[in-house]
Amino acid sequence: MQVTGTVLTTRRVDAYHALTVVAPGIAERFRPGHFVSVAVGGAYTSMVTRRAFSIHDVKSDYGGTVELVFTAGGRGTAWLAERRARDTLDLVGPLGRPFPLPRDPVHCVLVGSEYGSAVLFPLADALLARGCRVDFVLGGAGAERVFGAMRARRIAETTTLTTEDGSLGLRGKVTDALPSVIADTRADAVYACGPMETLRAVTAVAMEFDIPVQVAVEEQMACGIGVCMTCVIPVIGDDGATRMVRACAEGPVFRGERVRFEDVGTIPFDALGAPGGGARHVS
Amino acid sequence: MSVDMRTFLAHVELVNPITTAAGCASSGRELAQFFDLHRLGALTTRSITMAPRAGRPTPRMAETPSGMLNAVGLQGPGIEAFLERELPWLAQRGIKTIVSIGGGTVAEYSELARRLADAPGVTALEVNLSCPNMEDRGRVFAREGSAAAEVIASVRSIMRYDVPVIAKLAPDVADIVAVARACVDAGADALSMINNPLGMAIDTETLRPSLAAVTGGLSGPAILPLAVRCVWQVHAALPGVPLIGMGGVMTGRDAFQLVLAGACVVGVGTALFHDPYACLRIERELEDLLRARGLQRLADAVGLAHRPPGSARRHLLVDTEESTT
Repeated sequence: MQVTGTVLTTRRVDAYHALTVVAPGIAERFRPGHFVSVAVGGAYTSMVTRRAFSIHDVKSDYGGTVELVFTAGGRGTAWLAERRARDTLDLVGPLGRPFPLPRDPVHCVLVGSEYGSAVLFPLADALLARGCRVDFVLGGAGAERVFGAMRARRIAETTTLTTEDGSLGLRGKVTDALPSVIADTRADAVYACGPMETLRAVTAVAMEFDIPVQVAVEEQMACGIGVCMTCVIPVIGDDGATRMVRACAEGPVFRGERVRFEDVGTIPFDALGAPGGGARHVS
Repeated sequence: MSVDMRTFLAHVELVNPITTAAGCASSGRELAQFFDLHRLGALTTRSITMAPRAGRPTPRMAETPSGMLNAVGLQGPGIEAFLERELPWLAQRGIKTIVSIGGGTVAEYSELARRLADAPGVTALEVNLSCPNMEDRGRVFAREGSAAAEVIASVRSIMRYDVPVIAKLAPDVADIVAVARACVDAGADALSMINNPLGMAIDTETLRPSLAAVTGGLSGPAILPLAVRCVWQVHAALPGVPLIGMGGVMTGRDAFQLVLAGACVVGVGTALFHDPYACLRIERELEDLLRARGLQRLADAVGLAHRPPGSARRHLLVDTEESTT
């Protein structure tokens, strides 16, 4: 649904911006993993595509608020970073397929890289409410780009931090720390969000331990509602066939082992409908 | 005073002139989450191809000033799945559906028409002529009157007489009027314009083209003036042919421009990416604009800008209800 939300608060969190927006309809339907799309640039904007953001936090104040976390990279997010309290924002959401939650109180490791970590906190709350054990592995290029370390320490059993420059926690990537965390916590499942390369590596580690892994992908989208067909990635379906599926509508959460990470950015030759006729080409 | 927004696409009556542009509303289900599709004049599907198509590699989209480039490559499940799942879903709900088709050869278009000829729920058939012609070194059909006419003549001869065949034209041609005339002579009941002109953007970080396919179709408000010009020229040359105007329509005022230039139906495309409710908003805004100018019927505004300067406001066009012989 579409909501004209009012910005409640803005804050800087290390290297990131966080916006809390009053968006009642979205907040009450939210489940962890959902995202929202935001129109940027105001009424007569020259920016025609919406920007997709995962939801970091949902509260019931003022009828329901959502918090978005982002970096001011391009023109659109720079505009968003300039919003102040009481400005209005055009939001559509909640969008996408949320994280599936385990039925039993199992041990879960939540892996986040940079601001991708934001989406893991509502998930952690939901898992804790089901009696799951939650352990975090959070990373970034430097200390100021590791998102949510404080909150993770407060709610999780253990929190492992990694930075590529060694300024906080272990030097390296989240996937360098992940195997020992999985082994130590006897994890039953892994949830991850971050850049494609991180998700590929996290999936590889989880498969080594033979435990299920759910990844939330960050793909460039124009619409967020499934009509523009620009956010597709190759994913293997239940029937074993690879299809180019929309990260916004069929995702953003996928089973890690179903995503063909090496082939993202290409059309695999055996994908359904691939040029030249895929293996399962219907003629 | 309420404005009569009904319009005629050839002999088919639509409750209002707003339709979705091909490829911008998938097959309707995504938008149905937001509003009742019956409130559209018609829904235009993405271009349906014979075989399933995986489309182009990503990145498929790049935002440009007041627009975007796209190179999706007609990703879709193919005619089989469309007839099995998508068209029945629309037909059962009684949603007026313009089915867009795309092919690489005249034979492929003809086969698609054959498959759709007996399918219930096809209000009209839009032929996407901006597909590479496999038999002509991959040059698009729309770039030449004779190639376009060959496709239209074949499709028209196969489709049932009561289903209008619409030729969708590209603006990347030297003389759009010549292509339009060739399509009408070949039997097209209506024309829609414009498809995306080709554009390109280069990523200054990676020093490579922004799109994996290098070039892509430019859409959005950047191309509205191009669309208005094409509709104007074709309406001036072929005033009796119903036109679907599209290209960068974001507001009711944009739609009104196309109507004044000669379009009796207006397609909304890229605006849907920005605002899922764009069609309803544009329809409402267009109605308000017509009312504010004392126009009681949409049909009275179609092509109104063509009247000579200084002439009194009068209805230049024949009532479309009478002109559909």
